[in-house]
Amino acid sequence: MSVLVGKDSKVIVQGFTGSEGSFHAEQMIAYGTNVVGGVTPGKGGTTHLDRPVFNTVQDAVSKSEANVSIIFVPPAFAADAIMEAADAGIEVIVCITEGIPTKDMVIAKNYLKDKSCTLIGPNCPGVMTPGGAKVGIMPGFIFKEGRIGVVSKSGTLTYEAVDQLTKIGLGQSTAIGIGGDPVIGTSTLDAVKLLMNDPGTDGIVMIGEIGGTMEAEASHWIKEHGTKPVVGFIAGQTAPPGRRMGHAGAIVGGADDTAAAKMQIMRECGIHVAESPAQIGIVMKQALEAIIV
Amino acid sequence: MNIHEYQGKSILKKYGVAVQEGIVADSAEAAVVAAETLQKETGTGWWVVKAQIHAGGRGKGKIVGTEQRGVALAKNLDAVKEIAGNILGGTLVTIQTGEKGKLVSKVLVAQDVYYPGASDTKEFYMSILLDRKVGQNVIIYSTEGGMDIEDVAHKTPELIHKEHIDPAVGLQGFQARKIAFNLGLSGEANKQMVKFVTNLYGAYVGTDSGMFEINPVLKTSDDKIIAVDAKVNLDDNGLFRHPDYAEMRDVTEEDPTEVEAAEHNLNYVKLDGNVGCMVNGAGLAMATMDIIKLSGGEPANFLDVGGTANAKTVEAGFRIILKDPNVKAILINIFGGIVRCDRVAQGVVDAYKNIGNVPVPIIVRLQGTNAIEAKKLIDESGLEVFSAITLQEAADLVTKVLA
Repeated sequence: MSVLVGKDSKVIVQGFTGSEGSFHAEQMIAYGTNVVGGVTPGKGGTTHLDRPVFNTVQDAVSKSEANVSIIFVPPAFAADAIMEAADAGIEVIVCITEGIPTKDMVIAKNYLKDKSCTLIGPNCPGVMTPGGAKVGIMPGFIFKEGRIGVVSKSGTLTYEAVDQLTKIGLGQSTAIGIGGDPVIGTSTLDAVKLLMNDPGTDGIVMIGEIGGTMEAEASHWIKEHGTKPVVGFIAGQTAPPGRRMGHAGAIVGGADDTAAAKMQIMRECGIHVAESPAQIGIVMKQALEAIIV
Repeated sequence: MNIHEYQGKSILKKYGVAVQEGIVADSAEAAVVAAETLQKETGTGWWVVKAQIHAGGRGKGKIVGTEQRGVALAKNLDAVKEIAGNILGGTLVTIQTGEKGKLVSKVLVAQDVYYPGASDTKEFYMSILLDRKVGQNVIIYSTEGGMDIEDVAHKTPELIHKEHIDPAVGLQGFQARKIAFNLGLSGEANKQMVKFVTNLYGAYVGTDSGMFEINPVLKTSDDKIIAVDAKVNLDDNGLFRHPDYAEMRDVTEEDPTEVEAAEHNLNYVKLDGNVGCMVNGAGLAMATMDIIKLSGGEPANFLDVGGTANAKTVEAGFRIILKDPNVKAILINIFGGIVRCDRVAQGVVDAYKNIGNVPVPIIVRLQGTNAIEAKKLIDESGLEVFSAITLQEAADLVTKVLA
């Protein structure tokens, strides 16, 4: 079992023929993802990577029955691409693009409010269901099929956590990179809920960072409704206030969004907090063993 | 991107927002000329000389070694000259600048807007920013203007109002009216506030801004509503649509090393610790800083080399980290996904050789794609580099080299 994407997903790539889109589409196909085509306006009717290119997402959906889209469109046009996918009835939209103006994302998020789709990202590494589908840019070889769900704002830090899990013998059900921008489609809580309700997931790793309140919201929900062990880590314990740490959303604004404050809330909500980023795998293993005993 | 008060006000004016008029000057003489011009244009008889730095608290802050405040009233032209002379070239320390303070190279000579008239003046607070929780812009406003809003929020939270803006339709007339009435305004001042809020929000959206803070917004004695200060932060991701605003960037306000790093497409933030680090990805970079601390060190920087770490970026990163004399060790932490670790390792070896003498121990942790080949490359290079594969090994090496 898994969430969001799996063997049944029919994936299209928006920005298919661009350099990023081509490179990662090839990698996804090599991993075994069912990529059914792509969209590049003006290149409809041609083929790319042995797959059809469509002018519009609508066209791609009606001709290829695509239900998942991954977006590699440049920042200036990415919010438009998200709305196009939603309008065409795509169920899961994964936006990789980094650097989308916040104003555009505010409008896109509002547009999605009444649509029955899930947006992951933007500015994220995508979604990975090991053995099922890779809809993202993660290195496939570090993953292993299994029963741990991963939710993270970051790219390489997700790989770090997954690598630790795999090496300690814990495979993953689905890893969800939600992205580090101020406005994103799926929050930490949304992702945690999906994994908590997934019968194929036994434990959840939740990786956050300074800035915003998403980890606190997720923690409070977990305290009330959690049925599986959750391991938490917050990056940026040493980040100074007021400075943006790479991600547009990673900035300490007040007393509530520091790493220390978030870790404290996690602890109070019964989450197993990994103090060190090198301990994420081992803390999860211990948390699972504690249940069996 | 932050911009100066005078730049922010020039943008607001373009959108029809009434502001306290002023002219920027970079010398005491130019300040006097500015004051005379301003007198002709606005009729003002007094002036306010305001230091232009990217930090708040200027009015209470002092120029180092003097009693000169960063914002001061001048009642004649001689005073304009004296105050501008005191401020320019001085270092202003405010509650927001830290002890080091900031060098002031420009002053804004502004009209006096607190002149007496038919009614009392009144100061308000207004800001516009993104409410991340709901993904909507929010206008935050208060009758308690001219003071630290954090204090107001703490002591009298009931005096702070919020108005969320529906992205589909933007700010509506009823919302602007609600704000004006909640601020206790009637008659002409109420009308002017409606206009002020409407145009301010138009400016916020039109400029792709990330934050506006106008503190104070002033009701003058003749019922005008004007922005006396303007703290404007533009969304870096939106700057491609506004090349004219991108030019407003003042690199002298930024750490010179950070500016240099940006030229090499490196995302660098200077910190005060003793262990430098170079990492791919922002989240892993923060986590690496954390593990340095847990290993008994203090991070000297945040440095994200991004998704294209190669010999060139690694060398640039090295040189930037080594500029900091406090650095006692460097930790390179790369998780190769798309990036191949052996290429990064080659980059480390080449950079090491090019730089010649790296005076501090270097710990290289390469994991992911081709990590084994990378470790071999480092180990066989003959360089005095400690290599690690797991993050814990890297952490232990940090402790070891600092001991």
